[in-house]
Amino acid sequence: MKPFRYHSPKTVTSAFQIEEEESQYIAGGTNLVDLMKKQIQEPNAIIYVNEALFATIELKKKGVQINAMATNSDVAENNNIKKDYPLIAQAILAGASPQIRNMATTGGNLLQRTRCPYFYDTSLPCNKRKPNSGCGALNGHQRMAGIIGNSTSCVAVHPSDFCVALIALDAKVNITKKDGSQDTIDFKDFHRLPEDQPQKDTNLPEQALITSIFIPRNNFKNNVAYVKIRERDSYAFALVSTAAALELKNGKIKKVRLASGGVAHKPWRWKTSENFLKGRQANRKNFEEAARLAAAETKPLQHNTFKVALLEGAITEALLQSLSNSSKI
Amino acid sequence: MTNQQDSTKYSRRFFIKASSAFATLSLLPKTIKALYKDVKEALFVKKEIIPLSLRINKKEYTLNIDSRTTLLDLLRENLKLTGTKKGCDHGQCGACTVHLDEKRILSCLTLAATLVNKDVTTIEGLANDGSLHPMQEAFLEHDGYQCGYCTSGQIMSAVACVNEGRTTSTEEIKEFMSGNICRCGAYNGITNAIKSVAK
Repeated sequence: MKPFRYHSPKTVTSAFQIEEEESQYIAGGTNLVDLMKKQIQEPNAIIYVNEALFATIELKKKGVQINAMATNSDVAENNNIKKDYPLIAQAILAGASPQIRNMATTGGNLLQRTRCPYFYDTSLPCNKRKPNSGCGALNGHQRMAGIIGNSTSCVAVHPSDFCVALIALDAKVNITKKDGSQDTIDFKDFHRLPEDQPQKDTNLPEQALITSIFIPRNNFKNNVAYVKIRERDSYAFALVSTAAALELKNGKIKKVRLASGGVAHKPWRWKTSENFLKGRQANRKNFEEAARLAAAETKPLQHNTFKVALLEGAITEALLQSLSNSSKI
Repeated sequence: MTNQQDSTKYSRRFFIKASSAFATLSLLPKTIKALYKDVKEALFVKKEIIPLSLRINKKEYTLNIDSRTTLLDLLRENLKLTGTKKGCDHGQCGACTVHLDEKRILSCLTLAATLVNKDVTTIEGLANDGSLHPMQEAFLEHDGYQCGYCTSGQIMSAVACVNEGRTTSTEEIKEFMSGNICRCGAYNGITNAIKSVAK
């Protein structure tokens, strides 16, 4: 690991006053410390922000605010989250291990890097790690690669489970910019597609800090499910995952949210499928058709067409599970 | 008179040797000079040393550490608390599990610098006045290991798993112990040990 200067500011203002070239914010460190050990990221300075930001979870009139330093465990074990936003708890508990969930923060989860094997191996080309070096996965190992929204420069996927639930629930990301001004980014616009700049994962401005996530109040709590398909039963990144949330009225679907992980450079919402389901009966036939519509939108690579079948299965299964209950936390 | 002692370290002979070495170097082509610079930087890395105070197993420590030091390396290399094991060193195996303020974490992915005034408990801190922790007893009783390398991480994780109340079924124990890999496959013994303590 390259030596670095270490700062531990106590406020956001003092964090912004630190003058360092090539600095990196750190919170839980579960991703960044690993990347530094592998010499994938080599900052000159580390700015530890846990003491500058808040870790509480606050109920608001119109929803819930999860402050940036709340750990994954804090969120998943929070009674209000479990009661009113069970999809969030289910998605978080489907990811990582208890040890990592005790360390990893909400803000950091959004900013974690891809687990594409080409990004992680410094002897191989990767446009995300080293712009203009090429994409090894484009004609290489594609098991963990995307099936929608890929570009010719990058086919990596966003690895988070938490973020799949957040995009499904129309969350918002509150940030503070370097000039001290505050801003809000819709979750759907927070992560970006690779296009020709895969080195940029998100639309977060330079040196800005995520201060909290806001989830608007909803009526999905009785009918949600998170289905994750992976290489082993636990403690593995998703090949394909799906978050489903339904609001039912007399057996018909009043509102629906469908989102997937492991399929694209950003957490992916299936709007066509949602529009199809709206107003229809909540039954297997309609769920399967919604899954087919989503599958039809994908453009898999040569070696990962199998993920389209997994996606269809995951969507159907998540919708069916969301009908039965939401108490599996 | 430390100054005098210092000056004897750098004798006239040393000065002549060193300056002729530098003179030779300045005659070398640029690429070799660049190589020398690389080698020098690799051999003599400019470390950032920072002060740190924390508690480990209820004992206060005040240290100066390289900013890059992980909690795992601090424990094993600096403090010789070698009960905590280095497995993968990349957060994939759980062998380095310790408790930070009573919660289980991975010491290999924790920068020691972030632990100012924190409370760390390692496997060495689990036994009480020479008598084993009930979970340690249970691992012995139920054969919760074969080679033993992952055991301290398994036990630290298991103690936390019971405290978190994630022991209502075999499936739940397995899910909440999935961050600890056992290459020998002693999982049944581990699960039984946890069940016996959770009762």
